[in-house]
Order: sequence, then structure tokens, then C-alpha cells
Amino acid sequence: MSAAKNININLKIWRQKNAKTKGKIETYKLDNVSTASSFLEMLDQLNEQLVNERKEPVAFDHDCREGICGMCSLFINGRAHGPDTGITTCQLHMRMFKDGDTIFVEPWRSKAFPVIKDLVVDRSSFDRIQQAGGFVSVNTSGRTMDANAIPIPKPDADKSFEAAACIGCGACVATCKNGSAMLFVGAKVSQYALLPQGKVEATQRVLNMVRQMDEEGFGNCTNTGACEVECPKGISLENIARMNREYLKASLK
Amino acid sequence: MAKSALLKSSIAKKYWMAFTGLFLCLFLAGHLAGNLQLLVPNNALNFNKYALFMTTNPAVKILSYVTYLSIIFHAIDGIMLTIQNKKARPIGYAKTDGSSSSFASRNMAVLGTLILVFIVTHMVNFWAKMHFDQNMPLQTITVEVMGQKQELYMMTNDGYMATAQVAKTKEEATKTGAQVYIKNRTEFYNTQADVKVGEGYKDLYKITVAFFKHPKYGLIATILYVVAMGVLAFHLLHGFQSAFQSMGLNSSSWTPKIKLFGKLFAIIVPILFAIIPLYIHFILK
Repeated sequence: MSAAKNININLKIWRQKNAKTKGKIETYKLDNVSTASSFLEMLDQLNEQLVNERKEPVAFDHDCREGICGMCSLFINGRAHGPDTGITTCQLHMRMFKDGDTIFVEPWRSKAFPVIKDLVVDRSSFDRIQQAGGFVSVNTSGRTMDANAIPIPKPDADKSFEAAACIGCGACVATCKNGSAMLFVGAKVSQYALLPQGKVEATQRVLNMVRQMDEEGFGNCTNTGACEVECPKGISLENIARMNREYLKASLK
Repeated sequence: MAKSALLKSSIAKKYWMAFTGLFLCLFLAGHLAGNLQLLVPNNALNFNKYALFMTTNPAVKILSYVTYLSIIFHAIDGIMLTIQNKKARPIGYAKTDGSSSSFASRNMAVLGTLILVFIVTHMVNFWAKMHFDQNMPLQTITVEVMGQKQELYMMTNDGYMATAQVAKTKEEATKTGAQVYIKNRTEFYNTQADVKVGEGYKDLYKITVAFFKHPKYGLIATILYVVAMGVLAFHLLHGFQSAFQSMGLNSSSWTPKIKLFGKLFAIIVPILFAIIPLYIHFILK
């Protein structure tokens, strides 16, 4: 690995005071950014500079900073989570950029993800979809049956696990030309549909989750496959097909 | 609940898109098989017989109404989906990068609109003439009888009739004393008895050749046709395999085969369609 060096970059960042005001792209110059720093650390550095200049720092979402919480978003240079695949923004490093680069940083763009401030968007529409059916009803009174008591074929368990890897970050919606949430909903439907525990509520689950998805104002799937490419957790399009299957089955019941 | 789910929801719209789209792929294959007869030399009569069958057979008629409905439904559904999709992102990105999806998949609505424009012009040029044009020519052949060239109408009962004996209208027949006149575009009527004596073939072959060999517009018509087939190829390149995904048919064993077949279909079918006007314009004497 080559040694870290410092680069100077230009940033074009979406600034928006709050949900009600109109935003615009502002340009910032940031010098001496270590290529070893993460993208979010670079934004921290920018905010330090802005605070020193007595300007409002840029608001952006972040939490675990180890690629698992799904909190960090950011549409960087035209791609969700920036110019790399299989990562979240906190896992994006400045070594992906060159000295003198101009970097666009924009919030997720979707009617269902309204901007709260600057780069922070409200993703509670995902929570409402999850609440509409993304669960199994289990009696948790203390006499819960051991989950491993039910035999599950290994391939099904693996596929369910792969679907369950979805962290609900919203990159699929952000990158989809239609702002469609079908990869997210497909993953959430699949993770239960593949397991015996999920079969009980399968019919209502898929109908309710899709209805909620439509009500939130997400777009439709054109099968471009962009979501699959940009998903930090490698959720496959197979999950959308499985949701389509489940939905057809449920509709005919 | 379940009933409205099959009509109104986002996924249901995709089912209908996929279902009508695949039906239209079948239609394309059938239409192509018919058109390819234009490449066979001296085949005008067979082609016109085929055209007559395709416009009169009851089963084909039902199929053609399903095709019209599919085209209309596919277009309306597509427009509705596109409007919803535009609404889902009211504010766009300042910078986008198209590397994560294909050109065709991102432009299905534009490609589809161009195809719809082509279908309308195509139907005006051929379908409408076949169905409604009062001046649609009837098929004739030229034979030599005792050193003299004679033009004959071919009849659906395998008979023929000299064109010189046939008047275009009843009025003309009474003036010229012709024994036979043409009624209802294709029917031959005996002037005196006023009874039907036979029927001619609408000469769709002649119309088609004249269209692509037109001294003024033949070349541009040929070029536009080939361009339209290029647009169709891109639409199918994404649409064919996409339909299976929309209907929930995706598996690690089948999807690669469906994608391969879709690619071959999307390339071969439009090329074969495009060869026909090129052959008529540049090669056919």
C-alpha cells in the first residue's frame, strides 16, 4: 500500500437550511486532506475549517463509522456512497480521489426522503414500510421456542441471511433513476419469506409492505439493476423477483 | 384488497407491462414470419393470399384485437409508470454517473415513445390502406396470349379475369358496356345480373414495394424503417429479460439463459425486419 499523502480538493456541497427553505450547491476549498482519511473524516475537517471561519458547519448523517449502521448516506460524484462498490460512505477513503479533484456531495434525492438539513434526509419512510409487515409475530412471554428447533434448509437460510444483511441505508432509492425502494422492500420481504417462521404472515406482509411503499411515494422498478451495483451489502435483484412472486401469490389468494 | 392489488399497485403495473410486452414479442415473431415472405422471389400472390388470410380469419382477428389492446395498454401503463417515477424524485441530482446501469434500461420510455410513433406511421402506411383505402389496387398478373400481353386480375377462387373487361364502378360499366364491375373494393360483380362472380386480392405486395421504391420518399422511408428497428432492438435488449424479472421469474439457473435468449431475440428480430425494406429498395428489380 502506498503511503498516505495530502491532497487539495474542491467540494460542491448541497446546503439547505431546513426542510422548508430552498437549497443550493456551495463550493468549498479544502487543503491538506490526508488520503488515509475517510470521506466522513474529510467532512469533519471541512466542518472544523467552517467553524473556525465562523460559518455554519455542514450537517450530514453518520453513526457507527464502520459500515454497519446504515446511517451515513451522501451521493458523491453522481454515485451513492461514492466511487467504490460494496461500501458505505464511512468506508470510502480519500485515496479514491486525486489532488485538485472537484467532488459533488448531495443528499439522497427522493420524494420519500425529504431533506431535513444540508445532507441529512428523513428516512423514516423505510421504518413505516418495516412496521407495515417486516416482522414475525412471536410470543416473547418467556416461553419462546428455540429458533434452532425448526429445521431450515441451508441454502434457504443462507439466502435469507444475505437478504437480512440490508442495513436500510437507502442507497438503492438514491441511485435508482425512479427513486424506487424495491430492493429494500424486496430484501425485507425475502428475509422472512424464505424461512418457515415467516410463512405464517407471508400474504399480509408482502401486500402491506408494498402498499406502504407505494403510499410513501417511491417510484417503480425498471430493472435497471443500478441498486444492486450500489448496494453496500450486495443485496441481489433476485430479492425483487422474489417479492414480485410473493406479491402475485398473495394477490391471487 | 387482493383485487385492487392486481390493478393499481406498483408491482401490478409491472406485471401488466411484462405480460403485454412478452405478448408483443410473440406478435413480433409472427409478424416477422409473415414479412419474410417478401424476400422470396416472385411471391406476390402468396404474400397477398397470406395478407387476405391475416385480415379475414376469425382467429387471427381475435389475436389482432388482443395485439391492439396490448399496444395501447403497454403504452398507457408505461406513461403512468413514467409519470410516477418522475414524481418520486422532484429534485434531481446536480451530478449523476450512469455507469451502474445500461443505456437501454434508463431510456425505456423514450425508446417506447419512438416505437409508438413508428407503429402509428407504419399502420397509416400499410394497415390502414389494407383495411380502409378505397383505391387499394387488386392483384394482377401479366400473361402473353398469342404474342399479345394481357393483364389479368387474380381471383380468390383461383380463377382470373382480364382487367380490360372490368370496370371500376357500376356507372362506368353501364357507360362502357363492361360485363363486370368492382364493388366493395374487392368483389367482382356481373353488370347485367348484378351477382357476385368472384373476388380479387388486395395487392399489399405492390403497395409495400411501391412504398420502399418510391422515387422521392423510398430512400428516406427505408432509412427511417431501419432506424426504428434499431430503436426496437434497444427496447427489446432491456425489455425482454426485464419482463421475466418483473413477473418474479429469476433464478440462478434460468436467468442467464433468459438473458441470452433475450439478447439474441433483440438483435436478430429487428435485423431480419430491417433487411426487408433494404432488399426492396436496393436489390429488388
